[in-house]
Amino acid sequence: MSTVLEKPLNFSSERRRGERRKHARAAASSATVPREDRQTVGAAVVENPRIRCTDINVHYGSKHAVKNVTLDIGQHEVMAMIGPSGCGKSTFLRCLNRMNDTIDNCRITGDIWLDGLNVNDRAIDVVPLRAKVGMVFQKPNPFPKSIYENIAFGPRIHGLARNKTDLDEIVVNSLQNAGLWQEVKDQLDQLGTSLSGGQQQRLCIARAIAVNPEVILMDEPCSALDPIATAVIENLMSELCAEYSIVIVTHSMQQAARVSHRTAYFHLGDLIEVGTTESVFMNPLHQLTEDYITGRFG
Amino acid sequence: MNKQSNDKHAVAERINAGLARRHAVERLFRCTGLLALLLGLTFLCALFFSIISKGYTAFQQTYIQLEIDFDEQKLDPAGERIYEVLSTADYGGLVKQSLRTAFPAVTSRQEQRLLYDLVSFGAAYHLRDRILADPALIGQISRVWVPASDDVDMLIKGYIKRDVPEAERRLRDVQLAWLDTLETEARLSLQFNTAFFTSGDSREPELAGIWGALMGSILTLAVTLALSFPIGVATAVYLEEFAPRNRWSDLIEVNINNLAAVPSIVFGLLGLAVFINFMSFPRSAPLVGGLVLTLMTLPTIIIASRAALRAVPPSIREAALGVGASKMQTVFFHVLPLALPGMLTGTIIGMAQALGETAPLLMIGMVAFIVDIPSSIFEPATVLPVQIFLWADSPERAFIERTSAAIMVLLGFLIAMNALAVILRKKLERRW
Ligand SMILES: Nc1ncnc2c1ncn2[C@@H]1O[C@H](COP(=O)(O)OP(=O)(O)OP(=O)(O)O)[C@@H](O)[C@H]1O
Ligand SMILES: [Mg+2]
Repeated sequence: MSTVLEKPLNFSSERRRGERRKHARAAASSATVPREDRQTVGAAVVENPRIRCTDINVHYGSKHAVKNVTLDIGQHEVMAMIGPSGCGKSTFLRCLNRMNDTIDNCRITGDIWLDGLNVNDRAIDVVPLRAKVGMVFQKPNPFPKSIYENIAFGPRIHGLARNKTDLDEIVVNSLQNAGLWQEVKDQLDQLGTSLSGGQQQRLCIARAIAVNPEVILMDEPCSALDPIATAVIENLMSELCAEYSIVIVTHSMQQAARVSHRTAYFHLGDLIEVGTTESVFMNPLHQLTEDYITGRFG
Repeated sequence: MNKQSNDKHAVAERINAGLARRHAVERLFRCTGLLALLLGLTFLCALFFSIISKGYTAFQQTYIQLEIDFDEQKLDPAGERIYEVLSTADYGGLVKQSLRTAFPAVTSRQEQRLLYDLVSFGAAYHLRDRILADPALIGQISRVWVPASDDVDMLIKGYIKRDVPEAERRLRDVQLAWLDTLETEARLSLQFNTAFFTSGDSREPELAGIWGALMGSILTLAVTLALSFPIGVATAVYLEEFAPRNRWSDLIEVNINNLAAVPSIVFGLLGLAVFINFMSFPRSAPLVGGLVLTLMTLPTIIIASRAALRAVPPSIREAALGVGASKMQTVFFHVLPLALPGMLTGTIIGMAQALGETAPLLMIGMVAFIVDIPSSIFEPATVLPVQIFLWADSPERAFIERTSAAIMVLLGFLIAMNALAVILRKKLERRW
């Protein structure tokens, strides 16, 4: 796994485009599973997973958005989810902390095991679950309150700080971990919404890690960021995965290749292929995966 | 190449051709809007002008200065200065005597009665209040300003003309002569009408004041606000944030929207049946008025509050839920503060409606002639719009200006309420 981090795959776009034209035929032959086959290929199951999902199906009314997905998320792992728009990545991600509860006509079946707890059990309390499984949304959504309040909210409602000094420490640590401290240390009482987009996104990450979760879900956290802010967040993820498991949805294959250990490819609600990032990008087993990463689809 | 540039030229041409029309339409739209605005403003100005020009004179009142002999023999022969004795003494007699001494030439009974008519019979209460406030005045002779009768007041303000024939005039020639005498002695003057702002209703226009109705309105609205705001907001929060969406919530929604359109008199009938007949609450009381108006304003507040809640971006809710806040914490810490300005707007609209409402109060007996100023929500009271209605219905000439003045007070109250709402909203408003 560490090899992936140390030697990130090089997918500079110019080279890829050139290669794509020349080797399209040759590359196609390396994949063995035909396009029509929608069984998951690769290693969906790992030993001693952090989260184990079995046979997840999600329906929005009559729309079948996620179909029979079985997938493990490992300990201290960055798992990337890629796939064309509308294939159900966000939907699947939101199952992991029951965020889909907020959508009225959404129906989820299947089991999601986290520490001996079935997340998808209607009877469980979602409050401790969401404290354990934090989330960073695609669009930065800081509260219209001060930077300090943005971060202090989580620890306060969970009673994580015994006193003001504790709370201050949590806020400072979270900001430092999210790489935002240097920029905002003198203006903690400024509105969180007055920061720039990239700063807001890091604020949201700081807010998520302030409650000390075990898993962090990130839904396209860098889609609105410039390359520098993106690099900051990617570095952050590499650091955070020492303590947390991270699931990240991304449209950028370079990003998936840079930060993730394992990659899952979704297609129209099906989980097509899972494997180490290296194998998925270098030797895709499924024809659809290969089409997607070589840019022939979507 | 040439064709392409030709095409480009044609496209630009076409855009330019359309541009003039687009601008014209825009100009037309803007002019229409401006016209509508001007029309509205004109009507508003006309309304204000008519009310103020008719009503401003009510803020002044004609007073007559009398030289009163607070004769101990007449007021308190026993010299004990007890409240009962002092408050029931014959102050009217003092007034009459003072008038007689001022005009010794008037001797016939008929003329004397005309003379007494110059002064309001409220003058006696005026004197009584002075004595009760300062019994040391007894035994002294002092000059006191007392209110003139409404006819004199109208004459001084120019509403009764001197040049019409005596038979068609409310004041006789002799009375005019007496008034002229008083005026030359500088014992007749227009002064600020404090009584209008401090007393309750009266059959005598010169004694009638707005304070009773204003208090009634304040008490009624306080009850309305205290009940309808929390209930309305709680209902809206429950329906919008907690209630499951199903056929029942649709049914409730339709019903609430219907209630907002139910004629207010129906709420009055309901209040009469439930609060007065069934629960035996006191009739004519601000409590019942407030309850009825609460029923009436609730739908407005609920609808506005739900709209305000719906306008809070869902991303804020997701953010709070995402860090593990319970639904309750999400709503109270994040959603409600953002929705509050909108809720306040709805509430103020509801309150303004309630302030101007007469029909439902008709049914529960708040349309009554009430002299005393209500000091609690259980005492009989009337409200500003009802007071306006009652005065507008009175035959005396002097009530016309008082009606307009009461409308001004009502508008002032409304403006104060709205200003408060704007200030509150500005304070609470947050960007996101
Ligand atoms: N609230 C919803 N109600 C109904 N259908 C929904 C809802 N949210 C998503 N869907 C449907 O579910 C499918 C999967 O949506 P999802 O948001 O998971 O896609 P995604 O993979 O995250 O796409 P993107 O990359 O564009 O974010 C889509 O076809 C979408 O139409
Ligand atoms: Mg998505």
